[in-house]
Amino acid sequence: MHRIVRKEQLSAEVFRLTVEAPLIAGERRPGQFIILQLGTYAERIPLTIADADPAAGNITLVFQVVGRTTHLLAELKEGDAIPVVLGPLGTPTHVAKYGTVAGVGGGIGAAPLYPIAQAMKRAGNRLIVVLGARRRELLILEDEMRTLADEMIVCTDDGSYGRKALVTGPLKELCARTPPPDLVVAIGPPVMMKFCAETTRPFGVRTVVSLNTIMVDGTGMCGGCRVTVGGETKFVCVDGPEFDGHKVDFDNMMSRLRSYREREEESHHKCHLALGIKEEE
Amino acid sequence: MAQPAQKENPSTAGLRPRDRLAIPPQPMPEQDPAARRRNFSEVALGYTAEQARQEATRCLRCRNKPCVAGCPVRIDIPAFIKAVAEGDCGAAIAVIKRNSLLPAICGRVCPQETQCQAPCTVGKSLKDTAKSVSIGRLERYVADLERARGIAPPPVKPDTGRRVAVVGSGPAGLVAAADVRREGHAVTIFEAFHKPGGVMVYGIPEFRLPKAIVQAEIDTLAAMGVELRTSFLVGRTRTLRDLMAKDGYEAVFVGAGAGLPRFMGVEGENLVGVLSANEYLTRVNLMGACNPVTADTPVMRSRRVAVVGGGNVAMDAARTAVRLGAESVHVVYRRTEAEMPARIEEVHHAHEEGVVFRLLQNPKRIVGGADGRVTGMECLRYRLGEPDRSGRPRPVAIEGSEFMLDVDTVIVAIGNAPNPLIKRTTAELKTNEWGGLLVDDKGMTSMPGVFAGGDIVLGSATVIEAMGQGRVAAAAINEYLEEKG
Ligand SMILES: Cc1cc2nc3c(=O)[nH]c(=O)nc-3n(C[C@H](O)[C@H](O)[C@H](O)COP(=O)(O)OP(=O)(O)OC[C@H]3O[C@@H](n4cnc5c(N)ncnc54)[C@H](O)[C@@H]3O)c2cc1C
Ligand SMILES: Cc1cc2nc3c(=O)[nH]c(=O)nc-3n(C[C@H](O)[C@H](O)[C@H](O)COP(=O)(O)OP(=O)(O)OC[C@H]3O[C@@H](n4cnc5c(N)ncnc54)[C@H](O)[C@@H]3O)c2cc1C
Ligand code: SF4
Ligand code: SF4
Ligand code: FES
Repeated sequence: MHRIVRKEQLSAEVFRLTVEAPLIAGERRPGQFIILQLGTYAERIPLTIADADPAAGNITLVFQVVGRTTHLLAELKEGDAIPVVLGPLGTPTHVAKYGTVAGVGGGIGAAPLYPIAQAMKRAGNRLIVVLGARRRELLILEDEMRTLADEMIVCTDDGSYGRKALVTGPLKELCARTPPPDLVVAIGPPVMMKFCAETTRPFGVRTVVSLNTIMVDGTGMCGGCRVTVGGETKFVCVDGPEFDGHKVDFDNMMSRLRSYREREEESHHKCHLALGIKEEE
Repeated sequence: MAQPAQKENPSTAGLRPRDRLAIPPQPMPEQDPAARRRNFSEVALGYTAEQARQEATRCLRCRNKPCVAGCPVRIDIPAFIKAVAEGDCGAAIAVIKRNSLLPAICGRVCPQETQCQAPCTVGKSLKDTAKSVSIGRLERYVADLERARGIAPPPVKPDTGRRVAVVGSGPAGLVAAADVRREGHAVTIFEAFHKPGGVMVYGIPEFRLPKAIVQAEIDTLAAMGVELRTSFLVGRTRTLRDLMAKDGYEAVFVGAGAGLPRFMGVEGENLVGVLSANEYLTRVNLMGACNPVTADTPVMRSRRVAVVGGGNVAMDAARTAVRLGAESVHVVYRRTEAEMPARIEEVHHAHEEGVVFRLLQNPKRIVGGADGRVTGMECLRYRLGEPDRSGRPRPVAIEGSEFMLDVDTVIVAIGNAPNPLIKRTTAELKTNEWGGLLVDDKGMTSMPGVFAGGDIVLGSATVIEAMGQGRVAAAAINEYLEEKG
């Protein structure tokens, strides 16, 4: 059992939980994630370890409410327990001194980006952070990122805060600078990662993306998380979650993410009703 | 046992071999095929007491016991069967448990027709292996009676204060834990999943191996004082090295199984609707997706399913698809039924349940629509050629024989390879060319104090072989701790 020590709401749809998990807090490295489960027959969902405090034995999770399990998770209170937390999973980020690293976080992607940005900064890189969201209320971790970044660019799709732009706009400008960033780490919705990779490709700037495929076990046992990278099949849960964005077949990945959509929409709708949440058009 | 131990019925005790051979083989009572297509309850219902006695009476009690040599763990088969014939099931289970700790499971899932029942004299005399004494069914009968009575945990010696870690809770890990614990050592099982049991829980479906049976074995281990830590991935939550160097485990048994699904490497394999049998079966068995009311994890709603492969895994996936309501389920296999590695009983049950067998066929590519979902599988026809290294005839593709199979789901069941995580996170461990951990004849790996057994060593094998290796390694661990002092 993993007790929830603290719960904060970061935006309309995003929550931050601090959860007791002493072993994971001690072992985890940037880029790794956990799989949690709210009951024996509940779905297993992967969430990035956004931060950890080994001394206190806690890890931090930042999640967006998108479907049934994340809804139920948002219902839990401080003091409640999460029955299953497995981790740390995945191959840690390759942290090194590259020079200038540009971290691009779209929406909830800011959460997985944070520990990587932290590590890149600590490794002596100059850190540029581009944060984007659909609108102001959905922007998360801005203050945390500001304390890390040497340069910070914030944008919203609707212009309600910061620049009115998609993250690919400022990313393109960064790539056009001399010198361009030595490494781009882009994390967010699959379409955003796809277009970030397309943006950096002509400039030849190395671009790492972190893939959020559907998972079951998270240990390499089922192959449900597989993606095509450079023509080869890779398992995101063990070979990833980070890959060379220029080699990922995003279209295939996006269609695989929709594998169970009918069923998910059904239960999504049901839990919206149960929680009294109005559905967005 | 309910009935007091009695001597064999005097009317059968003096039977001559000829009379015994004349007793008809007892059929296994089974759920009706039409009914079971719509439920996940066990198909085989088990012998009645009278059937068990009749079947046991068919055994000739051969001096040379050819059946024993066919059993990977050398159960004294004629001795336990004699006890069944005499109605003394307590004695029967005692004989079995000298060699096997999981008889209720092995009685159900062992490929008996290629193991103990293959060399049986009765089958040979009647020129039909199917007519051999049903050793597995008798083993199951005896074990089920024992479980109904409540399994008494085996005695445990006084605590030695020494600690042993077991990685994985499949059959290899479970028996290794039991055998080490019996010597009084403290044992912790580390299991990656939230439920223990390995393939017996996430892979083999309820209709073949009820989960309550596996749970009973785990309860017995708990009663013996074995500690179980689920959702603990050795290599990630803690490295194998740290378990030994920092956490005080003096020896480790690795029974991490063959959990890496193989894919075919054909075009279209990552389309939506193509999944490994592991994923399909895990969603249904472990995550309970067969009951959408209680489970959150979804499973494909398929109309026309192709399952590629011919082993137990393929049969389990095909029969699961039938139960989930698919209109048609095709098993696509590149050899013929004679070469199928699946248990004969499962193939027979699959036929009865309406699974279509497409033999001497194999996928060439999988095709999908604009939405990335499977719309069909292009196959090639095959013929049998010369025997290959395994002694089975090699399938040879017939050029130009392509045809399209109209399916919306493709389940790949062509085998599993040893789980690579432990190896990847423990440089000291040596592996063979297929990724299996290298062990000596006592089950010790290249890393001192680390032992291994089961599918992580053998690749995909059987429950009984995994159990056998777990026992060999446990004996070696007990010896290792003794010598280490
Ligand atoms: C390695 C990894 C790390 C992740 N880290 C985070 C994180 O830090 N914070 C966070 O909020 N989310 C993260 N995700 C995504 C998160 O796992 C999903 O949002 C979650 O599984 C949805 O579960 P649900 O039951 O609430 O929704 P479901 O009912 O399962 O799905 C609702 C909707 O989301 C889509 N969906 C399903 N699974 C995913 C997925 N894996 N990614 C994107 N969309 C999905 C479905 O198609 C559907 O439209 C991560 C995913 C991976 C693989
Ligand atoms: C669908 C299917 C049907 C089968 N049918 C039959 C049959 O009818 N008859 C038969 O004899 N055999 C059958 N087999 C084969 C048989 O189940 C296996 O040979 C046997 O289970 C192997 O046992 P094991 O203990 O080596 O490993 P497993 O049963 O695979 O157990 C390994 C366990 O270790 C855990 N694990 C792995 N890595 C780690 C780690 N790093 N840390 C912690 N835990 C870890 C896994 O989660 C798993 O629970 C079947 C297999 C499958 C997949
Ligand atoms: S364990 Fe398996 S092979 Fe051995 S006697 Fe029992 S059924 Fe036969
Ligand atoms: S070979 Fe057959 S008949 Fe002979 S002892 Fe074994 S089970 Fe009995
Ligand atoms: S989630 Fe099962 S292999 Fe990655």
